[in-house]
Amino acid sequence: MTDAALHRIKPLPRATGAWGRLKVNRNWLALWFMLPAAAFLILFLAYPLGLGVWLSFTDARIGRSGAFVGLENYEWLWDDSVFWLSVFNTLLYTIVASIFKFAIGLYLALLLNENLPCKAMLRAVVLIPFIVPTVLSAIAFWWLYDSQFSIISWSLRKIGLISTNIDFLGDVWNARWSVIFANIWRGVPFVAITLLAGLQTVSPTLYEAATIDGASRWQIFRHVTYPLLTPIIAVVMTFSVLFTFTDFQLIWVLTRGGPVNATQLMATLSYQRAILGGHLGEGAAISTAMIPFLLGAILISWFGLQRRKWQQGESND
Amino acid sequence: MTDALIPKLAGPKAVLHGASPLADHSEGMSYLERLPRRLITLYLPLAIILIVLLFPFYWMALTAIKPDEQLLDLETFSPFWTWNPTFKHIHKLLFETYYPLWLWNTMFVAVCATILSIVASVLAAYAIVRLRYRGAQWVGGAIFLAYLVPPSILFIPLSSVVFQYGLFDTPFALILTYPTILIPFSTWLLMGYFKTIPFELEECALIDGASRWQILTKIVLPLSIPGLISAFIFCFTLCWNEFIYALTFLSSTQNKTVPVAIVNEFVDGDIYRWGSLMAGALVGSLPLVILYAFFVEHYVSAMTGAVKE
Repeated sequence: MTDAALHRIKPLPRATGAWGRLKVNRNWLALWFMLPAAAFLILFLAYPLGLGVWLSFTDARIGRSGAFVGLENYEWLWDDSVFWLSVFNTLLYTIVASIFKFAIGLYLALLLNENLPCKAMLRAVVLIPFIVPTVLSAIAFWWLYDSQFSIISWSLRKIGLISTNIDFLGDVWNARWSVIFANIWRGVPFVAITLLAGLQTVSPTLYEAATIDGASRWQIFRHVTYPLLTPIIAVVMTFSVLFTFTDFQLIWVLTRGGPVNATQLMATLSYQRAILGGHLGEGAAISTAMIPFLLGAILISWFGLQRRKWQQGESND
Repeated sequence: MTDALIPKLAGPKAVLHGASPLADHSEGMSYLERLPRRLITLYLPLAIILIVLLFPFYWMALTAIKPDEQLLDLETFSPFWTWNPTFKHIHKLLFETYYPLWLWNTMFVAVCATILSIVASVLAAYAIVRLRYRGAQWVGGAIFLAYLVPPSILFIPLSSVVFQYGLFDTPFALILTYPTILIPFSTWLLMGYFKTIPFELEECALIDGASRWQILTKIVLPLSIPGLISAFIFCFTLCWNEFIYALTFLSSTQNKTVPVAIVNEFVDGDIYRWGSLMAGALVGSLPLVILYAFFVEHYVSAMTGAVKE
């Protein structure tokens, strides 16, 4: 019966000719499938990225394409104290905020991983700061940090901890801590929820075994949870560091880089110089100067990740 | 490169509901702890963190509905509550400013950019995962790297590109530039989804004489609808959140998006501006919060997916 059935099936029409062969050629097909995405990414990402580096070697201004000036922009920045202040601010902002985001995020993830009533709702609520657009929540912080009518100052005064209002955004170090706090507030939910997703893959039997062996809570965390979580921590923190380092929105809403450039980050400085000041070349040089830092951050977490994999006995790929 | 980046993660359902995806450990080892201890080590810190996370929104909403005279007078009225809420600020926002127009702009740009990016990403992700053309691995890695290029590096050269193409101060400046943020993310997410669809389904279809296009539209896409929803709402949220491009590429008041307009148009010298500012921020976040309420699981899967794959 099978033989009969086989004979009745007409052989597939063979793709003949160049066109026929081309139609089933996966490389040719893939070219068309990739085309829209590639067009966007080349026209609006790769090309501008290259153009940015090129602009940093020119004296371009808004409305005037510049001439090649070599390293002049960079030499100019090298002697510019505001630029170095912005580098310092960016590093301070990134390092402090990332450490706190990691610590609080991990702690929150561990708390949420416990058995809790209304678990699903709690976890959903935690993410809200991440959903609301940064600019809009930054405006709420701006109001919370108001120099006269801040509810924080008011509450602390009522409790009796301070006697005069705190000038959150007017004082150099206050402003720095205030923007860092707002950034931590915004970043913790992302870290917490992604780490929670990682935590849930840790088998409870490991905890039970460790408990029977007499491990303390800290030992369980240090020797069971943390090693298993390392790969996901590496990825999450890379993202977190990258987006903190290049942050713009929060600073722009809260302080615009003030007071006296105390919260000027590299991103806000480049916006000021390039768009408000019109010196495209100089702004592009500041943006380009961010690239080595970003590459550094990526490489550090990348190699952290690789070493973990190797230690766990997996092959390198 | 792609495989090195896949830490194990629980699915979104588990993240939201379960303690662990493995077996039923609903009680876990918590019986080992007494209530007072749990109160101190668990509920108290959790409550503090939650209050800190949510207070700015409470304050935003409260300020938006407080009457002006209570707004700045913290002594006569209790600042943490109001007994006579007013919709004056929201009314003013909706009927005396361009706010509805800004909302429409934001929505329009977000929807267009999202649709464009999803279409491009579906095609790209399918090609990378299933056509396995020469260099597909390499392209996958390049797309991941593109995800790591932040807008604050690109906005200066992009502004001159946008100007050259004659897009400055039009919605198209944003509709065409946002996909650079969205495509890498959603391609990455969809690649993960497509990988989970069994090869055999496609092989059957190929034997039945289906073309690649038919396979994509009739088999792969219907099976990856959850992934598409995740990608869609997350892209939409990213668009709504985007600020630096909108700030740089738009100049006229009528064209602005909500975040830019609030920062630039509402900030005048008026001491009572806080009411309308907070109303603007509240109304601007509501669409996203409502969307989020309906699609919590998809958000979580988009977020963890972005990290996972």
